Amino acid sequence: MTIWNKKDETQGKKELQTTQSSRLIKLVNHLYHNVAFYKDKMDILGVKPSDIRNISDIRKLPFTTKDDMRDTYPLGLLAVDKKEIVEIHTSSGTTGKPVVDAYTINDIDLWSEVMARTLSMGDVGSEDTVQNAYGYGLFTGGLGVHYGSRRIGANVIPISGGNTIRQLSVMQDFKTTAITCTPSYCLYLAEVAKEQGIDFSKSSLKVGFFGAEPWSESMRSEIEEKLHLKALDIYGLTEIIGPGVAAECLEQDGLHIFEDHFYPEIINPETGEVLPDGEKGELVITTLTKEGTPILRYRTRDITYIETSICPCGRTSRRMHRLLGRTDDMLIIRGVNVFPSQIEQVLFKVEGVEPHYQLVVERKNQLDFLEVQVEINESIFSDEIKKLESIEKKIEHDLHTSLGIHTKVKLVEPKSIQRSEGKAKRIIDKRNI
Amino acid sequence: MQIKQISVFIENKAGRLYDVSKVLTENKINLRALSLAETSDFGILRLIVDKPDDALKILKANEFTVGITNVVAVEVPDQAGGLCSVLAIMDEADINVEYMYAFVEKKSNHAILIFRFDNLEDVVDTLHAKGLKMLSEKEVLSS
Repeated sequence: MTIWNKKDETQGKKELQTTQSSRLIKLVNHLYHNVAFYKDKMDILGVKPSDIRNISDIRKLPFTTKDDMRDTYPLGLLAVDKKEIVEIHTSSGTTGKPVVDAYTINDIDLWSEVMARTLSMGDVGSEDTVQNAYGYGLFTGGLGVHYGSRRIGANVIPISGGNTIRQLSVMQDFKTTAITCTPSYCLYLAEVAKEQGIDFSKSSLKVGFFGAEPWSESMRSEIEEKLHLKALDIYGLTEIIGPGVAAECLEQDGLHIFEDHFYPEIINPETGEVLPDGEKGELVITTLTKEGTPILRYRTRDITYIETSICPCGRTSRRMHRLLGRTDDMLIIRGVNVFPSQIEQVLFKVEGVEPHYQLVVERKNQLDFLEVQVEINESIFSDEIKKLESIEKKIEHDLHTSLGIHTKVKLVEPKSIQRSEGKAKRIIDKRNI
Repeated sequence: MQIKQISVFIENKAGRLYDVSKVLTENKINLRALSLAETSDFGILRLIVDKPDDALKILKANEFTVGITNVVAVEVPDQAGGLCSVLAIMDEADINVEYMYAFVEKKSNHAILIFRFDNLEDVVDTLHAKGLKMLSEKEVLSS
């Protein structure tokens, strides 16, 4: 088993804490004097940079939320001169203003490093061929894996997402050994391969890195069985760096957090209180070494807990358990983040339609389907089928335009959507993941 | 010469059609004709009833989504070619039928055809000019 950066990934706890402490002190000093947003937040809490003396002082610092990131769009959180920025990525911005990650050359270097560590978790080396089926573009998935593969010296095939038939032929022609994509797409790939009569027991694939959407142990078993590879879970988010925040090793027992760069805390999402390792709560991450857009205590809204047991792989970092859920009502549909509030906004804009709706998510043939049930009312009701169908089509079209996902809109009778204590139950998630 | 048709939105689930008919029965509303159009998601029940304004009120009070539309009723002899002769007139006048349904009169040996058109006023005028006899509400309900 290869460990990419043996020195940093296997360092002792004390040594690590010393590194984290000095990095945090430097970061807080820099942010306080260079980013008005952080200075204001710290002033409100009455925290001075001199109050931060070691890593455990991190809990004195203010949280950063997704709303903060939106409010400062586009470059309000920039911590360096604009000319230092060499690349920008953003989230899809489907929930409002997109979240921006601006990278300096050192940030790209850091990203390459943590993604090289990630790929090494699955024993990917210079002799390997990585088929990167994450989308290339503003989305961080594609280029993150790309940079990591380059750093390792592996052969990366930048095929990007979609075009399943071509994915399968490229996989066979170039003898892909590692694949990167969303877990649901991987299962879809397996499905299509079966139709094409492709036998994975004879394929060159040995490992896959799956992330960007929630999945489960049973999905892992299914992927491993169908594709004859080791399926590893990876974690990251645009706000922090993209993929490369944490990844599983071949032990498949929690995701090693690259905590020399990304410091994790688990908090009680209601009180903000920091919880001890092992307790379940919201994951909060601080970027210790990023330059372009460093983030203090970012509230990910992802629920997990931290595992401290020693991993036989030799890496000493703490590990996070596979994601257990969200603190908000965000749905992830085929890798796209969807909030019910966005659906509501679209419905508001369709004339005559009232925002009484319910979302039903199902997984069919390994792909997520979102049905949007909208209550009918007299102003849109017609005795003609085609008029009602055109309303369904119009909403489907508008949802696709603003969310980028295909949905099935179904008109339902008024008050047929279950309401509890006056509040409608908005989401029915039938996916067994 | 237009008559009132009640339309009701019905979700595709068991018992909804029964619910509508139960409400109408309880309020002693008599159905003269009906048609049910459906998609995979929902259905639209179209009714000709003896007391359309009452039916509308009662169904609304029972939280159904209801509409009222004007349609045209045409009486034809209940024999081969009855419908065809009417459609021939419409075809000649280039009139597009949105939908139609029919019912048979027990007493009179006639059939009544119900038509829905998009631009109803114009169509009624045209059909009138072509000499097609359209029934009044009273005629439909009493026939």
